[in-house]
Amino acid sequence: MGSYIIRRVSLLIPTVILVTIIVFMTIRLIPGSIIDTMMGEMGTEALGAGFDRAALVHKLGLDVPIYEQYGKWVGSIIFHGSLGEPLRGQGETVNQKIFGRLPVTFELGIMALIVALLIALPIGIYSAIRQDTVGDWVARSISILFISIPSFWMGTMIMIYPAKWWGWSPAMQLIPFSVDPIGNLKMFIVPSLVLGMVISGTTMRMTRTMMLEVLRQDYIRTAWAKGLTERTVVLRHAIKNALIPVVTIIGMQIPILVGGSVIIEQIFVLPGLGRLMVESLSYRDYPIVSGINLFIAVVVMAANLFIDLVYAYLDPRIRYK
Amino acid sequence: MTAQTQTQTAKRKSALADILFRLIKEKPVGAVGGVIVVLLLFVGIFSNFIAPYGMNDVHLAHRLEAPSIQHLLGTDQLGRDTFSRIIYGARISTIIGVSATLLNIVIAIIIGTTSGFFGGKFDTIMQRFVDAWMSFPSLLILITVMSLVGTGLIQIILVLGISGGISSSRVVRSAVMGIRENIYILASKVIGVPTPMTLIQHIIPNIMAPIIIIFSTTIGSVILSEAALSFLGFGLPPDIASWGGMLSAEGRQYMEIAPRLALWPGICLTTVVWGMNIFGDALRDLLDPRMRGGVGRLGNLGAKKIQKFLIKRQVLKN
Repeated sequence: MGSYIIRRVSLLIPTVILVTIIVFMTIRLIPGSIIDTMMGEMGTEALGAGFDRAALVHKLGLDVPIYEQYGKWVGSIIFHGSLGEPLRGQGETVNQKIFGRLPVTFELGIMALIVALLIALPIGIYSAIRQDTVGDWVARSISILFISIPSFWMGTMIMIYPAKWWGWSPAMQLIPFSVDPIGNLKMFIVPSLVLGMVISGTTMRMTRTMMLEVLRQDYIRTAWAKGLTERTVVLRHAIKNALIPVVTIIGMQIPILVGGSVIIEQIFVLPGLGRLMVESLSYRDYPIVSGINLFIAVVVMAANLFIDLVYAYLDPRIRYK
Repeated sequence: MTAQTQTQTAKRKSALADILFRLIKEKPVGAVGGVIVVLLLFVGIFSNFIAPYGMNDVHLAHRLEAPSIQHLLGTDQLGRDTFSRIIYGARISTIIGVSATLLNIVIAIIIGTTSGFFGGKFDTIMQRFVDAWMSFPSLLILITVMSLVGTGLIQIILVLGISGGISSSRVVRSAVMGIRENIYILASKVIGVPTPMTLIQHIIPNIMAPIIIIFSTTIGSVILSEAALSFLGFGLPPDIASWGGMLSAEGRQYMEIAPRLALWPGICLTTVVWGMNIFGDALRDLLDPRMRGGVGRLGNLGAKKIQKFLIKRQVLKN
């Protein structure tokens, strides 16, 4: 296990470096015209008096050679853990902004994941053990439909129709969990259902494939031959082995979860990271944008590392490859 | 044409006709998906003949009108005909779907074949780059880049194509690695065929199946991504009729008055993406026997029927 961890982590180091370079380069590629646009859009009152183009270029750190910019940026992240200062607003650093918004996205993500697994696992497993029956066909059609329905349309429909028919609409003000736990969960349930639905489609399909793979193994045939009941064969022999790869699938869904939360937070007016991202992009506050991009990429990599390690721990075959 | 020559032409097996035949026979639902795809292409290509009004014909006197004979699906807040905008939306989806997916595949082939064929250090470095790229949720990187390059048709095609191509290169790479050690590749090396020639003449034709699969599975997600970007306001400018854009926030207050404004673009989007997914799935099953679920297409038949089938196909002697 030790050597596997070392191997896995050493693969991660160049990737992390490349991630910082990608985040750095995308923002550094700002065309000059964008800076003029930024000057125009932000206006002097947002930036303070005496703030001219040169000052903005300086604040973005674009007035020194590119390697120096990169060095400064990475240096402040490594040595101070600081992602920098936003262009607008006084006081709050990028870190404070990100961590202030994180809990909402985190809660939405966790709840959506739970919803997705609750839908996907039972249906996926059922679909596999009843392969090529009507039930399987219906389940597969549902999963493809879930993949095809755009979450932003689903969300918009939920905002429009219940309001029209029953006068119901989701809460617009964030209810903190510490103030009213029930109200908080109620508020998150609809958004996480929509987001969970999107992810459940893929997860359902993959669960079915994994389960079918396992059901074709020799030891399952042996279990059948021993005269075990279907219940025992499926629950005690097949599921355990089929679910290990499903752990990996959950890891693969994390980027989709984060991407989806941008849209869901936008529709349901939840003050999470995704909303901060869209807001910052519309103000062209690029230090916050790079901060979020880097933060999310690192979270995704860490989650994948964690899942790979769990996977290797559960399945020794991976370790000795 | 006489009946005899007709049967002869039918017997001459072209790969395409064979796939089409099998699609209809074995995957009827997939064939429905295929029909939806063809319909989208048709509507997309001929939209200016089908649509009763222009994409941006503003009739301020007819704002937010209910569906009628003149305006089949009603009009929006500027008095533009919703039905016509839906039809033009099909064109936008087709253009973006096809061209971004083609670009996606070109990039995937360039990265995937070189990385998979050369292997070694080059492969390791390339794959770390692909790893890094894939650590970003695609929507985040898409909205960041779109906000830098600005909204527009060309921009969105380039951004969706390049960003998707980097991710798709993984599939191409593993397909190339699967055939790299084949005798015919070694033989071409031995007789001194230049490497670029080997790649073009021997590698690429042999990975066509996965490439077609990438094409059919990517196009739906590209259309969805464009819609999501336009919905968030980072995709196409509002005057271009895009299904995602028609759902975007600027029309939100009008959607509450006239929900059909949000209903139709979403139904079209869902139907098209569903059709593409179903069609892509069926195509994948037909092209790639390893990905086929179950025991293959003979799976449900009994042993006797399989025997009969194989005799008919002249695999077994009677």
